[in-house]
Amino acid sequence: MDFADSTDEAAFRARLRDWLKDNTPKLPPSSTSDDYWAGQAAWHQALYDAGFFGLSWPKQIGGREMPVVHEVIVDDELAAAGAPPRPSLGYLVLGLLHHGNADVQARFLPGIVNGRDRWCQGFSEPDAGSDLASLRTKAVRDGDDYVITGHKIWTSYSDQADWCLVLARTDPDVPRHRGISAFRLDMNQPGVEQRPLQMINGITREFGTLTFDGARVCADDMIGEPGEGWRLAMTVVSHEREPQELGYVARYRKTVKELAGKVGATHDGFDTEQTTALAWAMVESEMLRQHVARRLSDRLDGVVHGPDGSVDKLLMTQVEQTVGHAAVSIGGAPYAGEDPTPLNTYLYSRAQSVMGGTAQIQRNLIASRILGLPAS
Amino acid sequence: MDVRLSDEQRALRDAAAQLVDRLGPKSVAELDDRERRDRLDTALAATGWRELRDPVGAAPGEDDPIASTVEVALVAEELGRGLANAPFTGATLAAELRRLSGAPAAGSETVLLAPDLAAIARPGLPAVALDGAASESGLYVDPSDHRVVAVPLDRNTQVVPAPVDLTRGFVVLDADPDGPAIGGIAAVDLTRWTAFGLAVACADLVGVMRGTLELARSYACTRHQYGAAIGSFQAVQHLLADAHVALEGSRSTALHAAWAVDALDPDDALAAAAGAKAFCARAAMSVCETSIQVHGGIGNTWECLAHVYLRRALVSADLLGNVGANLQRVLDHRLGATLVGSAPGGQD
Repeated sequence: MDFADSTDEAAFRARLRDWLKDNTPKLPPSSTSDDYWAGQAAWHQALYDAGFFGLSWPKQIGGREMPVVHEVIVDDELAAAGAPPRPSLGYLVLGLLHHGNADVQARFLPGIVNGRDRWCQGFSEPDAGSDLASLRTKAVRDGDDYVITGHKIWTSYSDQADWCLVLARTDPDVPRHRGISAFRLDMNQPGVEQRPLQMINGITREFGTLTFDGARVCADDMIGEPGEGWRLAMTVVSHEREPQELGYVARYRKTVKELAGKVGATHDGFDTEQTTALAWAMVESEMLRQHVARRLSDRLDGVVHGPDGSVDKLLMTQVEQTVGHAAVSIGGAPYAGEDPTPLNTYLYSRAQSVMGGTAQIQRNLIASRILGLPAS
Repeated sequence: MDVRLSDEQRALRDAAAQLVDRLGPKSVAELDDRERRDRLDTALAATGWRELRDPVGAAPGEDDPIASTVEVALVAEELGRGLANAPFTGATLAAELRRLSGAPAAGSETVLLAPDLAAIARPGLPAVALDGAASESGLYVDPSDHRVVAVPLDRNTQVVPAPVDLTRGFVVLDADPDGPAIGGIAAVDLTRWTAFGLAVACADLVGVMRGTLELARSYACTRHQYGAAIGSFQAVQHLLADAHVALEGSRSTALHAAWAVDALDPDDALAAAAGAKAFCARAAMSVCETSIQVHGGIGNTWECLAHVYLRRALVSADLLGNVGANLQRVLDHRLGATLVGSAPGGQD
């Protein structure tokens, strides 16, 4: 039981810290600025090329097969250097590793891991949010292709994406969970229309809406078997809930560090409510780091967390929203046109209890699948 | 970095769990069952777990503890979960204080605390002894000269008649506590000791949360209203789910705090323990209150164990500083101000 670095881990940490001295991009936070996304691909590629991304994944897809706890070190050092968090792709990679055949893995995964292929995730629909299995986008076989028709919404970074992992109904005649399949869809084709959706903090790059009108995907680009789409989606979203996959700990700790710098040792000009908000942000962001270390250590035993991802998601949500409160409490709202970042950090934090499955849905899952409470 | 428990640590945890499952109180009525209590006390004494922080030997250079704080925390957590009403917290804190003072180990000892439990007691002020009725002596620290003093508890003490915690009672010392000095403790070691005490309190709180959440969970599965188990209602499910999330976050940070006591510099260890304690204390109060709520009317009666968990949580939540005091420690550490030590009046 050791939270400290092994010799190898310490050497890795030193290498990363050294590299970050010259390679920390001056990107604004993803949560409050559209400019982040313009530079995100270059950041991903630089991190990958220097050997600091995709650490625990198989070598044949570009990973390094290192113990997964190295991700804690990456999050630590990115936060300390004021660098952006690592790209949040673990859930996509783990989903494809679990459900894709060898051909799909070999063709799709290296580009995702090395940051050259940009993917978005077309799951939710205007009438299928929490109730994802009610989705209506359909895929109809036509020769070697499927033809896709329907609408997707809340599609993060759809304007940046080359490819979309899309869920579509291939069989309307079976129970609804079994008639869904997953595909890789080329975003650059006629029949795909992408529109941005502005968030409450004003940024326009996070959310998009997609319209598929006769878009085509090659049948070979189906991921998993026909009808396996629901199970793939559940694998993806269960990991999408985990701070250990998302790397957001770095983002929270970076914000807390900046807030601490503003308040300073003397607390001059800051009242008790503000310093208390800061103290909770410190306590909770450290808690999340320690929690991620525990979860990733469990994986060294081969333990794969199923429903526990919902616990991790709710803890992450709590931390993001506590940090958001501290940001606006200490930074202040820009009534006279000051820096809007603190307000926008706070506003963005409200999405965390909705995206990737609402907090209410996570509580339902914990109640039934972890606590074993009876079905209603 | 690998925070999995070792095989030995898992075995220790399982043994502690078995001991409290066998001899801990299963109901409020059993709390006062003298025979069961004595058997629990005897069995706990036989394990040697109260002496885990004794030095490995009496010779110079043999002052390392027998076991790490992680091991102590594993035992403390199980004892909290099972509402063990036999001395452990006070005895363990006393053993660690003795070790850090270079004094030889002694049995049947506890620590003296300020009446708000926020710090170790000091001369000239009122003091209480945790588990005092079952201890022969209690330790305090004189901040003027860093002496550690062992006060005999066989006279001039009064058992608190209506204890807050029904599993860990206090005695009040009616006269100025005095006794022989057993050694001296450096300020830096007092900081380390405070971190240790906070980590043990965190482990106890995690155990309490586990115990009361399981109590509420099983009640929600068996109690029927409107023709259905109340655990099938989403309103009840979400209360219990939130309690489970608070517990899991607490486990992670409490584990780190226990590790930090032996692995980090004293100031960093204290900051880690203080942050964990603030988190665990807030979580434990909420989880214990949720348990009472889920139990409904029964949860507000003396005979339901839910309030016994809440009462135990109150003591651990206040032990060596309440939520506010520990948040202040975190702020002071992170913002670079002088760290406030455990002795009243700071590290003088």
